[in-house]
Formats: sequence, structure tokens, C-alpha cells
Amino acid sequence: MDIRERRSRVRNFSIIAHIDHGKSTLADRLIQSTGLITEREMQEQVLDNMDLERERGITIKLQTTRLIYKAKDGKEYILNLIDTPGHVDFNYEVSRSLAACEGAILVVDAAQGVEAQTLANVYLALEQNLEILPVINKIDLPSARPEEVKKEVEDVIGLDCSDAPMISAKEGLNIEDVLEDIVKNVPAPKGDNSDPLRALVFDSYYDTYKGVIADVRVMDGHIRKGTEIEMMATGKKFEVTEVGIFSPGMVPIDQLNAGDVGYVSASIKNVKDARVGDTITEAKNKADEALPGYKKVTPMVYCGIYPAEGEDYNNVRDALEKLQVNDAALAFEAETSVALGFGFRCGFLGLLHLEIIQERLEREFDLNIVTTAPSVIYKVAKTNGEFFEIQNPTNMPDPQEIEYMEEPIVEASIMTPTDYVGPVMELCQGRRAEFKNMEYLEETRVVMHYDIPLNEVIYDFFDALKSKTKGYASFDYELKGYKRSELVKLDILINKELVDAFSIIAHEDKAYERGRMITEKLKDVIPRHMFAVPIQASIGNKVIARETIRALRKDVLSKCYGGDISRKKKLLEKQKEGKKRMRQVGSVEVPQDAFLAVLKFEDK
Amino acid sequence: MTNGALYIHIPFCIRKCNYCDFTSFNYNEEKVEEYITLLLKEIDMYAEKVKEYKFKTLFFGGGTPSLIDEKYIYKIMNRLEQKFNLSLDETTIESNPKTLTRGKLLAYKDMGINRISMGVQSLDDSILKDIGRSHGIKDFLDTYELIKNVGFSNINTDIMFNLPNQSIDNMITTLKGIISLDVPHISFYSLKIEENTNFFEKYKSGNLNVSDEDTEREMYHKGIELLEENDIYQYEISNFSKKGFECEHNMYYWKLKPYLGLGLSSHSNMFNKRWGNTSNYNNYKDNILNNKFPILDTEIIDKKTKMSEYIILGLRLNEGISIEGFKKRFNVDIYEAFNGSIDYSLKYGLIDINREKIYLTKKGLDLSNVVFKEFIE
Repeated sequence: MDIRERRSRVRNFSIIAHIDHGKSTLADRLIQSTGLITEREMQEQVLDNMDLERERGITIKLQTTRLIYKAKDGKEYILNLIDTPGHVDFNYEVSRSLAACEGAILVVDAAQGVEAQTLANVYLALEQNLEILPVINKIDLPSARPEEVKKEVEDVIGLDCSDAPMISAKEGLNIEDVLEDIVKNVPAPKGDNSDPLRALVFDSYYDTYKGVIADVRVMDGHIRKGTEIEMMATGKKFEVTEVGIFSPGMVPIDQLNAGDVGYVSASIKNVKDARVGDTITEAKNKADEALPGYKKVTPMVYCGIYPAEGEDYNNVRDALEKLQVNDAALAFEAETSVALGFGFRCGFLGLLHLEIIQERLEREFDLNIVTTAPSVIYKVAKTNGEFFEIQNPTNMPDPQEIEYMEEPIVEASIMTPTDYVGPVMELCQGRRAEFKNMEYLEETRVVMHYDIPLNEVIYDFFDALKSKTKGYASFDYELKGYKRSELVKLDILINKELVDAFSIIAHEDKAYERGRMITEKLKDVIPRHMFAVPIQASIGNKVIARETIRALRKDVLSKCYGGDISRKKKLLEKQKEGKKRMRQVGSVEVPQDAFLAVLKFEDK
Repeated sequence: MTNGALYIHIPFCIRKCNYCDFTSFNYNEEKVEEYITLLLKEIDMYAEKVKEYKFKTLFFGGGTPSLIDEKYIYKIMNRLEQKFNLSLDETTIESNPKTLTRGKLLAYKDMGINRISMGVQSLDDSILKDIGRSHGIKDFLDTYELIKNVGFSNINTDIMFNLPNQSIDNMITTLKGIISLDVPHISFYSLKIEENTNFFEKYKSGNLNVSDEDTEREMYHKGIELLEENDIYQYEISNFSKKGFECEHNMYYWKLKPYLGLGLSSHSNMFNKRWGNTSNYNNYKDNILNNKFPILDTEIIDKKTKMSEYIILGLRLNEGISIEGFKKRFNVDIYEAFNGSIDYSLKYGLIDINREKIYLTKKGLDLSNVVFKEFIE
């Protein structure tokens, strides 16, 4: 087949959806119904995924697959399904995946209707000028209301739903309609094989055998084994060792042409050298301009990660290094805490990213770690004219040296049934959020727009929102910018000694409340000692909250006769063992879980 | 020959008290008969093993040993006399006030029992009922009169404090009542909520009204004060007596001297070992019938363990431990072996050192576990 004819048969598309609306199930069905793999292989493929993804029902790592579909017009089409991560933390990755496509299938749950991430994803797709094909899923559910949901999609998003496939991905119902829809309505890629090479990297990861693999969409030109390539953002050059397609495993082929989706391996050692969003060009025949939209993803949220047992320091470092090979967004550097010893300051895209790394360290690497309170990046202007960023509260200068500070603000949209508007407003007010506006999506549902300081979002905002709305509200945000703010460093002193691992940066108006909550929590989790232990929260030298753990009054086994000795001795030994596992802060023993306990704030 | 103490467990009760986690069964004549037969056999089995020991004290504990017919106690005593070297200075039987009769007491006296220990717990009928005791105040007063009448002078009463719904005054009233009866020995101890008891379930569900730690300690301190004002001196964390009425048997435990326990769930400490019998009746029975020792687990006590046990048990006694005695027994200087532990305990005022002795201070009595934890590995 001639290259042009072949290109006219290619369809590059993504599936976008709110979490749990059935994105992965539909992807699985599409793969199956094009006969690519059997039910059994399907199962195995699912099992290969990270446990964490399946448990949380979200996609963290992308998967790209080429489907061959024989359409009703009798022709065979090449459908490249480019998966997208399903969480706001990974918005940038989603946008790059979408940039590799011409169309997107928008999956909407026939019972739930349009949700916050449905909208957020639609906006991302629109930014890339994609053809958006609505699909109404889960029509088999008793609570399905497909006609209403269709109308909702038309009213809220403005997409014509008259021909939208009505499917049940779970039951395999009307999947063919989706495939036909893709063939008919997703435009074939443009581009010319003879132009200088421009290939968009939309994912990259480390493969033990092949080194770093870059998943690419070739926009112009072509690429093959032996091509000397240059990464346009970094200027680094590599020689291509293999190109191929996903079918669904990696299958080497001779050449990727303009319009194709595939992979490139070029013995690149670190994913940092093949960052998502970068453009690959040919070193000898460079394109004039890189593809638009490259940005180096930078962490938004930081926290300290420390080994629970000091001797695990090297193991934690090795584990972080291994994770970083595959995760260009993860940042870390060594740091020392007076309370926790040697550990690492780690940067993440968001809270979910943080939690995923934390869980992977614990599960995949079997490490016992202590995590400190998460922080965002603040900007500090000093009276001497210096201007810099900090993310570790320990680095905050003395208040008298600070001219002003800025904190990151996010634009948040919260979609909720109207019944919960009151509780959501209450929650947001408590989080220093600035109300922007509220739109009615339909009579019973609204989307509320707020500007919220990110530092309020990272303190359990999502959990609080879920509990206030019985799980009905959905939430999405993106960074808006920085804003001046009256921020203070809140320190915690245990027995008059500052424990750096507990320090946080908080808004002046919230510091008192936070200080009180932390001291109360610590009072509960730190055991009684031989002496009274004061726990203070302070700003500078000013104590704003104080609790006292009273001295131990009684620790005695009143009876001990012949038969009791072994049993009681074991009890004492066990208690002594527990004591050894605690962190020593001056003369006070602080249990490991104290560091976790202060991360969680209950909303009253 | 080495001196030793002997303990016999009689696991039968009228009913189980709400706080009790000891091994015991409801009374059943056939089962008692069978149990005694097994016990007699266990005595036979040990005869050869302990022939180098001379037993100075004997203690019938339970359960409620006074519940079973005195003929069984006689059989046991008789068998012990035949098989073991007995040179008893003190023979105690634990009892419930409701189970003692003149006839029984006379029989005990005849067979050489010279100390009666009674579970009294409180002199408040509603509290007694709440904690599941089968006796009332009157039962105790009548029985106590009887015991004295029959001619026993060495008597112990167990008194508990920090009982559910008990005030400090209520506890004081009980102690005053006991003092007025001129009881020479009192075990005065705090209720401890043990797992697998009625109280534990109630406590977990928040339905047990026991005092907070501060009130509990106040009861203890006031109790000690009141007893000592009346010449009943504390000699161990929970034991008080008039001079010369200290329980010799229990001293074997606290001074880490040899003792042998026979019967269900009893414990022994001899030959550098400590072992415990099974508390499962059928296991006990099967083992004995098959000529096997009914032992559940054994711990070898090496020198280091022995040193630390010597200290943590010895410190329970008000007289404390003798620095010279320690050196004599272990051939090690206590300061060398436990330098850090002693410093720590001294620093917080938990122990004191006076001439030749190390002992718990008043504060140390409340925080004895803190000290003990310092002395165990």
C-alpha cells in the first residue's frame, strides 16, 4: 500500500473520562473485539499492571496499543489507542497524549452523567483541537438514564450526541458502534514523510533490555533504525537502535512514518533525557521548530521521606533511584532532620503522586518509611532584595528578614449535587478559598469554581470534600499562579526542643488552629514519660498552643507470684521492645506514627 | 539438701468471679475425685526428681481449695509426706468464706495446716455482688470468728481496691473493718482487668466504672498509710503484715528460691529452669495417665536472666536486694552488671540505696515496671 493511502487508514485517538466511568473497560473491549488478543491473554495483561493502579482504579502508567479493524466499508484501518493517565496530578501527561491524537472518545457514565474530570478532560482535548466523540457507557445499569445524560452532554459541553454510541463496555454491548464512529469521525493524520523529522514524545519509561523507550507520535518525516536523533529541548543526540509498534507488546518494524504512533529506543540511559513533551528530530536534518507545548514537569508538592530504621538509608536511596528512572517527575535529594536523621526531600506532581511513591516504597521495596507533612513551593522576597523559592519549612528565613511571601493558588472546580452546596461552601471558606462563580449544569447539579491556596488542598481537602458530600462531589484543579500571602512558620516544640520534622508553613489566620490540632494529636500519641512533657506550637518565640503530657503516675504489676513471673516478664520485654522503636527527641521518645498522625486533620 | 517451696493447684470454684483469669472449673464431685487421683500420681512422678529438696512451705492455691472435701486435702498431704522430704514451717490453704465449716477447719488443723488465706476483697455487699463473689459480709465475719475460735492465728485476707463503683472512702471503710478484726496479714492489691474475663468485655465496651489512674494511686497510698498506722507493715508491693507474719511461701518466689508447683497450670522454678504445667484439663489428664510430665513450656534460666530476675523480683520486697548478697550469689558486682539501669532509676528517684540495700522508693512502688524494664534484657 502506498504511504499516503496507508496514512488515510490511520486513526490516532485517546479515551477520556471521569474516574470510574469505564475508560479502561472500554479500552479492553476495543482490544478484544478487534481480535488482537484472547480473553485469556487479556486477563494476563490486566494482571501485569501495577497492583496499585487496579486497587485505586486509576491509570498511572500509559499503555498504547495498535488495533487493526476491518470496517463496514470493507477496508482495514489502523487504530492507535493512546491511553491517558486518569488523575489531575498527571494533567500534563494527559495533554501530551492528547497532542499525539486527532480524536478522543469521551466516555460518560449513563448513571453519573458529566463530572468534574469529564469537563477538565474535554477542555484539554479542545485545546488540542481534537474531534471529540461522546460515548454513553453503562447503559445496562438499572440506574442508567442515557437520554438525560445525552442531553446533559449537549447542554453542558455542547457536543452533539444524536449519533453517540450507547454502550455497555462491561457487557460488550455496541462496541462495534464505537469502532465505526472512530473510523468515520476521527480525522486521518496529516504530515509529510519528506519533511524534516518531528516526533512528539508522549511517554517514556525504562526497559531493562532496551534502555529508555520513548513512545512517540511522528508528526512529520520518518524515523528508522540508525537515524541519528536529537532531543530538541535538551539538545542531546542519540542513535536509534530500534523502532516499532505496540501490538500490544513491542514489535520492531523498519520505519515509523508521518502520522504513525510507535516507540523509539536509542540506548538512552535516563528518562530525563527523553522527557514527555520533547520533540525528536533528525540531527543532520533538523526541524526549524519544536512541536509546541513542551514543559519540564516540576514538582508541586514536597515532603521528607525517612527510613524508619536508620540503617535503611541506602535502601531508600536505591529505591528512589529505581523509581526515578521511570518517573521523570519525581525529584529527591538528601536532607538531614534533627528528629529523623538522614533522609530525603522528595518532590511530587501532587498528593496522589506522593501517595503512590510512598506506597510503592513500602510495597515493592518492602521499606518502612516515615513521611513528614507535605509542603508546597513558596516564594520568599527578603528585605535585602533576595527572591527565592522554598519548599522545606526549615529553610524559611526569620520573619524580620522577610519582605513578603507568595503561595501557589489553584483554580478548582467542584461538581456537586445541589444538596451539598452548603457543606462545600463551608469547607471552602474554612480553606481560605475565594469563590469565583457557580454554574448550574442541570437543576440538581452545579459546578462551583474557587481559587484555593494549594497548601490548603494538600491538607486532606479531598477526603474532607468526599466526607462532606457523601462521596458525590468531584474535584479538579490546576495551578493558577502565585499570590502574596501572610505566611508564618509554625514550629512544634516537644519538651522545649524544636522538632524540625513537625514544622509547617501555614497562613497566619490558620496557624493557631493548626497548632492546636497538632499539639492535641501529639498529646494523644506520645506516651507518658517519667517527667511532664510540654508540647508547644510556636510562631517565632511566641507560643500559640500548648498541651502537657503529664508525668507517668503508675506502671506497676500489682500481683506477681510463682505462676505470673514468665508471663509478666514477657509483658515487660514487649514494652521495652516498643520503646526501642521510638524516635528520640532530646529525652522524649516519640513513636513513629506521631509523624503520620499530624498529617491528617479532621474537619470539624 | 536445699530448701524449697511447694504449691498445689486446686482448680475448682463455686463460680468464677468477674475479674478472675486463673484456671478453674465449676465444682463437680466426679471431676474432683478424678483430678485428685491425677494429682497424687503427679506427686509420685516427682518423688525421685526432688529428693534432694526439703520443702519448708506448702501452699494450696486455686481456684478454691477449701471448696473440696477435706478428705482430698488429707490424701494429698498424706501422699506428700510419703514421697517428699517435708519439713513444713508454713502450710497455707486458700479459701472462700462461704466454704469453711468448723469441721473442715478442725480437720485442716489436724493435718498440720497453720495458715488460712481468705478471699474477702471488700466489706461492701453491693460491691461483692458486682464483682461476682459468692459470699457476703456476714459470711466473712462469721467464718473469721470460727477460724479464730478453732485456733488459727496466722490468717490472710485478700482485699482489692479500685473496684467498679468504689470510692476512696468505701475502700477506707473496708480496710478499717479488716484492721478492727486484728487480721495479721493482708494482700492489698489493685483490680487489674485481665483478658478473657467478664470485666474485660465490660471494660472494652465502656461499661465498667473504674477510677482513673490518679484516684487509683490515691487509694493505694491511703491504704498503705492506714495499714502502717495500725502496725500492719508493707513488705511487698501488694503485701502487708504484722511483724513476723510475712508469708514465707511467697518469699520463695520473690527471692528466686526453688519451688515446685503441682497440678493444672502450676509453675515451678528449679534446676536452673522454670516450667509451667498445661492449663488444659484433658492434656493434663492424658499426660499423667501416660506417665508423662504435663508440662507445657520450659524456660532455661541462664546466669544473666537469673541476675535480672533476682533484681526485679527482689525489688518487689520493701527490704530490697542486698548488694553483698547479690555478689555472693552471682559472683558479680551489681554495679558492674547493671550500672546504667541503676543510674537511670536513681536519677528519677525510683530506687534508693541505703547501706547494703537497693530498694524501691515510694515513687518506685508506683512505677516499679519502669525500673524492672531497665533491668531486663
